[in-house]
Amino acid sequence: MTQRRVAVTGLGIISALGNHLGDAWEAIRFGKSAIAPIGLVDTSNLRFKNGAEVHGYDPAAHFDSGEITLLDRFAQFAVIAARQALADAGMTIDSDLAGKTAIITGSCVGGQSSQDEGFVSLYQKNLNRVHPLTIPRTMANAGASHISMQFGISGPAYTISTACSSANHAIGQAFWMVRNRLTEVAITGGSEAPFSLGILKAWEAMRVVSPGTCRPFCKERQGLILGEGAAMLVLEPLDRARARGARIYGEITGFGMSSDAGHITTPTVSGPASAMKAALTDAGLEPQQIAYINAHGTGTPANDVTETRAIRQVFGSHADHLAVSSTKSMHGHALGAAGALEAVATLMAIHEQLIPPTANFTTPDPECDLDVVPNNARQGQVEFALSNSFAFGGLNAVLAFGAVPVK
Amino acid sequence: MVDEITGKVMHLIAAVKKIPEENVTTESTFEQLGLDSLDAINLIYEIEGEFNISVPDDVARSIKDVQQLVAVLKANLTGDTTYTGT
Repeated sequence: MTQRRVAVTGLGIISALGNHLGDAWEAIRFGKSAIAPIGLVDTSNLRFKNGAEVHGYDPAAHFDSGEITLLDRFAQFAVIAARQALADAGMTIDSDLAGKTAIITGSCVGGQSSQDEGFVSLYQKNLNRVHPLTIPRTMANAGASHISMQFGISGPAYTISTACSSANHAIGQAFWMVRNRLTEVAITGGSEAPFSLGILKAWEAMRVVSPGTCRPFCKERQGLILGEGAAMLVLEPLDRARARGARIYGEITGFGMSSDAGHITTPTVSGPASAMKAALTDAGLEPQQIAYINAHGTGTPANDVTETRAIRQVFGSHADHLAVSSTKSMHGHALGAAGALEAVATLMAIHEQLIPPTANFTTPDPECDLDVVPNNARQGQVEFALSNSFAFGGLNAVLAFGAVPVK
Repeated sequence: MVDEITGKVMHLIAAVKKIPEENVTTESTFEQLGLDSLDAINLIYEIEGEFNISVPDDVARSIKDVQQLVAVLKANLTGDTTYTGT
């Protein structure tokens, strides 16, 4: 059976950069970093004070009181992004499509705020009881489940949790399912809402969070900045999208995965390189065809050097002709949603022919000697692009995207 | 003869890395002891708890050997939290 080309026809995003695609892309276009003092959690006992939070968000504007009781913030974000993506795709899930649509989401930490609240009741307030909805609010698949219930989607639905690679693994699976005729349509992406004191203290203990801002690939980088939000993509066969006259942002052309099989937190060069090579092979692309890489680019001392070396290993001399940027400098590191936010940025780069910048860049680092598109977006034709996600635990997932000519 | 603080640090290193205490000397580097970056973070976490101090991230990341760790700890105990021991 022949494989199908897979188009992306709907995008939804709620993030620190904005609560709609238009706002988020406007911020990216102008290299506007959304990193600011954390407001959701009291940071007086934290070594870091900044994050990339969703602003101007009122759950009551999106959900009734019963739904709000049921949905943790991360699941609310997932549903909102899915609603936006389906509306953006101009797609209605009718009785025919309900069973032919898959939902595959990524989340790293699930409903941490709900879990934190429960444990505060138990350990701090000595109440000896937690809220009965703690489990359904906390479970990492809550986003996928609520999307299915919201739209009556009865096809395959599941959640992948591979730390910072969760969304890329999810999108890659959805891509393969549509390509290989296992589903007709897929809603896929990631959601995360990690701003609870317990999780922030755990990140503090890892000593990888910047006390200032996020400066990927910069000599003065001091670590990552945590972010939150969700992004969802609507995937469908290219022929179907064209037949119904849908707007096509681009296509997913390949997906590659690998495991470092090395260290639980220290990245290798070979693992990420293998995943990039696998994505290129899956897409049937030569390295020279890639114009842009949306990097994992966390802004930690370790990641940015190893990612640079991995890119050089895969692309050789073509690495000097690549644009490589980290949009985490603007939307923060949204963990299990990161790959989804970055897929949106990459698809918009292809669609708008504008390469997103690496914001907050001050001083080049000789060990990160790539064109990181410092501070200002750049006009440029992007026919093919990669988006990298590399997780703690050494699990790597890379997506390849391509432009689709208007027919 | 090592002083009390140095002795406690060497004891904690052996306990965290689960190696015999006699393998740890004041001249040992973390690399020689087989401590990677995650082990070092674990070790500094234990030392922060033992001595009730707080080591900033950039200082913690710069510590590469026993001497430097002891120097940072002693400076921190006298109120200098930014000393990196180098």
